[in-house]
Amino acid sequence: MYLNRRAAALSAVAVATMSALGGCGADADEQTDNDNSDNSIVLYSGRDEELVGPIIDAFTQESGIEVEVRPGDTTELAAQLLEEGDSTQADVFLSQDAGALGALAEAGAFATLPDDVAGAVPAAFTSTDDTWVGVTGRARVFAYDPRDVEESELPETVQGFVDPRWSGEVAVAPTNASFQAFVTALRVSEGEDVAEEFLSGLVDNDVQIYESNGDILAAIEDGQVDVGLINHYYKYELAAEVGAENVITELKFAEPGTAGALVNVSGAGILAGAEGDEDAEELVRYLVSEEAQTAFAEQTFEYPLVEGVPGPEGLPELSELVGGDFDLARLESLDETTALIQSVGLV
Amino acid sequence: MGTRPPKVLLAGSLVTGVLVAIPLVYLVVRTSEAGWADVEPLLLRGRTLELAVNSLALAASVAAGCLLIGVPTAWLITRADLPWAPVWRVLAALPLAVPSYVAAYAWVATWPGLHGFVGSVLVLTLVSSPYVTIPVAAALRRADRDVEDVARTLGRSPWGAARSTVWPQIAPAAGAGALLAALYALSDFGAVAVMRFEAFTYGIQLAYRVGFDRTLAAVMALVLTVLALLVVLAERWFRGNAERRQPPAGTGAPASTRPLGRGTVPALTGLAAVAVLALGVPIVSLFVRLAEGTARGLEWGELYAAAVATLTVSSIGAVIAIMMALPVGLLAARYRGRGVAALESASYLGNALPGIVVGLSLVFFTVNVVPGLYQTSLALAFAYAVMFLPKAVGSVRASMAQVPPGLEDAARTLGRSPAQVWGAVTARIALPGVTAGALLVALTAMKELPATLLLRPTGMDTLATEMWSRTTVNAYGSAAPYAVTLMLVASVPAYLLSRPERRA
Repeated sequence: MYLNRRAAALSAVAVATMSALGGCGADADEQTDNDNSDNSIVLYSGRDEELVGPIIDAFTQESGIEVEVRPGDTTELAAQLLEEGDSTQADVFLSQDAGALGALAEAGAFATLPDDVAGAVPAAFTSTDDTWVGVTGRARVFAYDPRDVEESELPETVQGFVDPRWSGEVAVAPTNASFQAFVTALRVSEGEDVAEEFLSGLVDNDVQIYESNGDILAAIEDGQVDVGLINHYYKYELAAEVGAENVITELKFAEPGTAGALVNVSGAGILAGAEGDEDAEELVRYLVSEEAQTAFAEQTFEYPLVEGVPGPEGLPELSELVGGDFDLARLESLDETTALIQSVGLV
Repeated sequence: MGTRPPKVLLAGSLVTGVLVAIPLVYLVVRTSEAGWADVEPLLLRGRTLELAVNSLALAASVAAGCLLIGVPTAWLITRADLPWAPVWRVLAALPLAVPSYVAAYAWVATWPGLHGFVGSVLVLTLVSSPYVTIPVAAALRRADRDVEDVARTLGRSPWGAARSTVWPQIAPAAGAGALLAALYALSDFGAVAVMRFEAFTYGIQLAYRVGFDRTLAAVMALVLTVLALLVVLAERWFRGNAERRQPPAGTGAPASTRPLGRGTVPALTGLAAVAVLALGVPIVSLFVRLAEGTARGLEWGELYAAAVATLTVSSIGAVIAIMMALPVGLLAARYRGRGVAALESASYLGNALPGIVVGLSLVFFTVNVVPGLYQTSLALAFAYAVMFLPKAVGSVRASMAQVPPGLEDAARTLGRSPAQVWGAVTARIALPGVTAGALLVALTAMKELPATLLLRPTGMDTLATEMWSRTTVNAYGSAAPYAVTLMLVASVPAYLLSRPERRA
């Protein structure tokens, strides 16, 4: 998979905005005297056990390393890791989004990853200081109800949803990290005015507020709303549960390179206390191996980030999605985004 | 009644006070790390006021709703001559077995348009009304019928007689129940999240989620604690007034039931309507999900392990809660004074904090103070005890108040030692009430989610966490068996709570 520079720039926005700039990272000299390998590690997983479970099982089978998985909500696990500090039992943190990884990196919770692991995915999809590595990509999409909407009716860019045609029919999850990354990308790519105009346009257009992407998908399935701004793989999670033939919702990808087609990443890091733990390194190395990356594409329909691994079947190539021309120097932290979201009254 | 409480009792109460203060200490530590300059703008935002008003309105409405449902229901199941009376009694207690988030999901799935304030009040009222029904029913069984009959012979109408004689007898119980419902509404995140209502807990969750801001979350949680304190004080004031008007306990003649005549049909319709809304809607919606099936299949072993873990940890939690509640409840029942009042009020505050805050505070506490207990079942059970202590304290206080001190004195004059008096008189009379408190704690702990996710031993799952891990990936069909099992397991203590106390 070849990623051009524009592509790299956009995804870098995603990574950088969500991680709110990696910060100082872990102190390499704080090395604890870990026995390098005891064939057992603890993984705090912000990803669903049933989705990640088979991939972890395959790892254990191959390496002989037992992985104790502690599943939880990504943000709550991040808060827990911050509370635990040096006393944490966790060796590896697998995060749903880059924001939690960035917050932990900034607090110095992570060890530095080995070069081969940190460099396994293109720089646009990973940390700037090798504290964590991107594992999968997740695209923002327009999910819609084909009973009420023709694909051709949908706008090409997300700004089209302020049209009165969509009054009361568009759902967003403003507290969700991936929605906020999208808003940041919009601010950076199109300017503050455009972002504010878009968000207040949504509010004036009676946008429907939901708690999570999953709730939005359920609302579309139930016919409550016509369109939702969500991540692409939720549809496939639902299909895994109820069977693909029973899922009504269809997806449309926004015009490549626009903020509406942003690609966010999930990722993994090694906790500072496990610095030098070969088992932990082995697990993260496995997550960016061709085998695991293929499994993610096939089982969770997420985009593999390692170059050369084919993407999920039936979905546009990652290289087709990402694009855009951003002035990376204008990157600002998440604070402005949340302030904007709050000022227009979305949260 | 002595004026100076025994030292053992005071010491025990102090230990409880220190333990329940852990979350507060944690919040103060987190907030003070930031400094006033950082905290002030967070605290004095318009947003804080908006969320506070929302949450207080929610708590007040839920408390009022629970009184409106709970008091008439309690009267009907204790005083009216109802057909199938035992069935109605059980049905009135069972909504306690329904987790608020399950009820909220069911309502949204059934009525997709339902959300916001109205939806939150509806769901929280329906699942919390037994907090009022059960203690009021118990009070009505104890209440003296003679006074009511006297009022009737003096020419009062049935309604007038009931209002002037029965209400004073049940008001303290009704107030205590409404307090539990209000605190539950303040601390609940599950139902308000599903209903998309911007309550205070929503703001706290948002602070963690947006920017991982533990300071903002701590500041907001402290504000929530203050709100809870206001609610607790309001109830104290109400109970103080009510107890002054409360007539002395009756002669013990069992209250006879009265035929309803033409009122039977409306009464049954009302009871049935509440049962359908509180129990029927969630159960039907779960079975619809079950019928839709799941591609994942159900692993019975996992379900069984989760059920056993749920029962075990919640039971240990209930035992710890009762041990912590005994000294406080005993003090509150027998002795008055500022210190006692402050201790009792403090024991209620843990119940107003959302599980994520109590959970994180205990992460902080165990990791730093007793690292050996971190992420053990014991630490989780302790978290349940801290969160749900008020349910135990209330029950202990009420049942201790039933023990006539004169009886204890009589036993002592007969040469029994204090310990013997305690075993032969106090414990025997108070036991049913104390057991009810333990059941209530266990019941609530079974449904707890946020603190369980943070504190459970790695690898252990409860029914609630199994359900959670499935709903987060839209696997509602495969979550349904866990929800059904949780409600079945929780209905056992709910059923036990619905039974009338046997007279000692």
